[in-house]
Amino acid sequence: MTRGMTESAKTAVHYPDPNAAMVAGTTRSGATTTAFWGEGGRPTLEHRADVPQYRVTGVTFDDDIRAKAAEVIARYPHTRSAVMPLLHLVQSVEGFVSKDGIAFVAGLLDVQESEVSGVSTFYNMYKREPVGEHIVSVCTNTMCAALGGDAIYQALRSELGVDHEETAGEPGTPGSVTLEHVECLACCDHGPVLTVNYEIFDNQTAQSAVELVQALRRGERPHPTRGAALTDFKHAELELAGFLDDDAAEVDAPSASPQSLRGVQLASDRGWTAPAMPETPPAFPPLPEKK
Amino acid sequence: MADDTTAPQFNVGLDPLTPVLTRSWLSPRSWRRDSYEQLGGYGALRTAITAQPEQLVELMKSSGLRGRGGAGFPTGLKWSFLPPLGAKPRYLVVNGDESEPGTCKDIPLMMADPHLLVEGCIITSYAIRSHYCVIYIRGELIHPIRRVRSAVKEAYAAGYLGKNILGTGYDLDIVVHAGAGAYICGEETALLSSLEGFRGQPRLKPPFPAVEGLYAAPTVVNNVETIASVPSIISGGVDWYRKFGTDKSPGTKIFSLSGHVERPGQYEAPLGTTLRQLIDLAGGMKDGIPIKFWTPGGSSVPLFGDDKLDVPLDYDDVAAAGSLLGTTALQIFNQTASVPWAVARWADFYRHESCGKCAPCREGTAWMSKTLRRIITGRGTLEDIDTLEDTAHNIFGRAFCALGDGAATSVSSAIQRFRQEFVDMVTGVTPAPSTQADLIEMH
Repeated sequence: MTRGMTESAKTAVHYPDPNAAMVAGTTRSGATTTAFWGEGGRPTLEHRADVPQYRVTGVTFDDDIRAKAAEVIARYPHTRSAVMPLLHLVQSVEGFVSKDGIAFVAGLLDVQESEVSGVSTFYNMYKREPVGEHIVSVCTNTMCAALGGDAIYQALRSELGVDHEETAGEPGTPGSVTLEHVECLACCDHGPVLTVNYEIFDNQTAQSAVELVQALRRGERPHPTRGAALTDFKHAELELAGFLDDDAAEVDAPSASPQSLRGVQLASDRGWTAPAMPETPPAFPPLPEKK
Repeated sequence: MADDTTAPQFNVGLDPLTPVLTRSWLSPRSWRRDSYEQLGGYGALRTAITAQPEQLVELMKSSGLRGRGGAGFPTGLKWSFLPPLGAKPRYLVVNGDESEPGTCKDIPLMMADPHLLVEGCIITSYAIRSHYCVIYIRGELIHPIRRVRSAVKEAYAAGYLGKNILGTGYDLDIVVHAGAGAYICGEETALLSSLEGFRGQPRLKPPFPAVEGLYAAPTVVNNVETIASVPSIISGGVDWYRKFGTDKSPGTKIFSLSGHVERPGQYEAPLGTTLRQLIDLAGGMKDGIPIKFWTPGGSSVPLFGDDKLDVPLDYDDVAAAGSLLGTTALQIFNQTASVPWAVARWADFYRHESCGKCAPCREGTAWMSKTLRRIITGRGTLEDIDTLEDTAHNIFGRAFCALGDGAATSVSSAIQRFRQEFVDMVTGVTPAPSTQADLIEMH
């Protein structure tokens, strides 16, 4: 008997099947629920009512991913530091974090699965539900919202017919788009901004944003204002895990914008500079006296 | 500052804008090593390694450089707090988790001039005798991560990183670590928890990171702009660096102007420059509509109104005027903007980003958000305003880290300085700026 639960309550409560939503292809908010009972007719701790569950996918992580994981772990003096890049790596395979992904990371780092899931749930960018080919993140923090970010988010909700962290189209298929609203993206001088797969689209309007997601839905990939040519969410996650395509085009993709350059451009136009440094660096101060 | 009869004795003879950190941003492919070296890049490193590490710490102390991440703590002093070398290694952790609302200086810096950051990391690591450095960059923007990773790779290839750097026998590795979307990880101890593979929750101080930081070893945590300031201090020296700014706030600073100005953007000027001067450089207020309120350093510092345009923007003068310089994130709102609405959205932000570790912040930010949502949808009462002040008062100084203080400050300063706006809103004198349908659902 689970603590605090009466016999009558036990029969009345239904527990969500972590796989039910995936089979039905519905989203978290519309997930179907079925009774779930563990060993001996007791609900397992993991299946408390109303707690979203990690999906079980039965995915296998191949040798290439295992080799990449080993490379990630080798970057750090202590293996546990690899948990965040490894979760990004898991998302590069599955497009979200599954129960299998949690177990994979826990196994590699020799920690409890609960330790890994605890980290995964803490951070916004680790998703429990499959993400579309693209993820569109709209800044709705104060400055962007004041400049039009709220209108952009509402326009995209209505255009895509989805809410926060929901996907238009079937995740994993071309043209599927997950929408989310996010906090400040550190592009305030370019507001309102949004990102697609974490590449920046500056100075958006509701109309430009709607046109952008319509293009994404058609399978097109408009170029970001600042950042590399769009790929997809999984590829972006691979880069976040630390696997840079050794592709000069990506590194050299545009980053400059009128806003970022305004100060230096104005200074250049007016001939303003910092005072010249001395021709040779001045001598260093003497070593401090030992106390 | 109107009654201040003595003319300021700083920034005399300087141009209004003084690009130092941003000086290469107009150069083609400024992010590549060859471009950086053509402009004298890695020269400061060659100079620095001729000195003893302790001399560099002394130099940094005399330069007066203060941390650019928000707190303004003297950088050289921070470096000098490391305990004597013992069995444990020392670490340098660079905070590139730029997420404070309004703050947008480190991201363009990392994109335009990542080698400046890398050179600063090498010099700083050498100065504090560290052989392992992590640059922690927020995950929501890939391009700066990509550029910094590429710069690190180029630096390895050129012998600036790795074993026996430039033949000195000094070894250093740099790892670039991508975050995963959590504002709290900008707090230095939360960042360290995150980097160790835990939930990004802050730790009790003391022990400070200098004593027990990453993996409980002595650690220096510095902001990106702070570290990027190091090479020019090495090359230019203390006297040159102190030509900028005030005695207690020397140097140049990237001021980030956003909002209702004609030309928002990044403007590098000496500390002590005023908002009036910066707005003028930015082409004035957008469409000529006068300013109503602004933040000198992000949403976590007290708001200023239009009476503070002539406050010199340096650490001490802003503090004396009743706010904090923070990250010099100058968010500028004109007369069309509603103070309660802006503060309500910030309250939503703090509620979302509170890590949940301590009750005052976890519960308090949620209550402030709920109360403000009531007010801006026209369902507030006069009592709500008092409740808000009371809630803010109960968070401030009682939360585990500065997130709670920031959340409380934005609300309490807004009510203190713009109380009538709140009163007018709850009494129906001014219409509610939002409807229930406008509100973004909290997640």
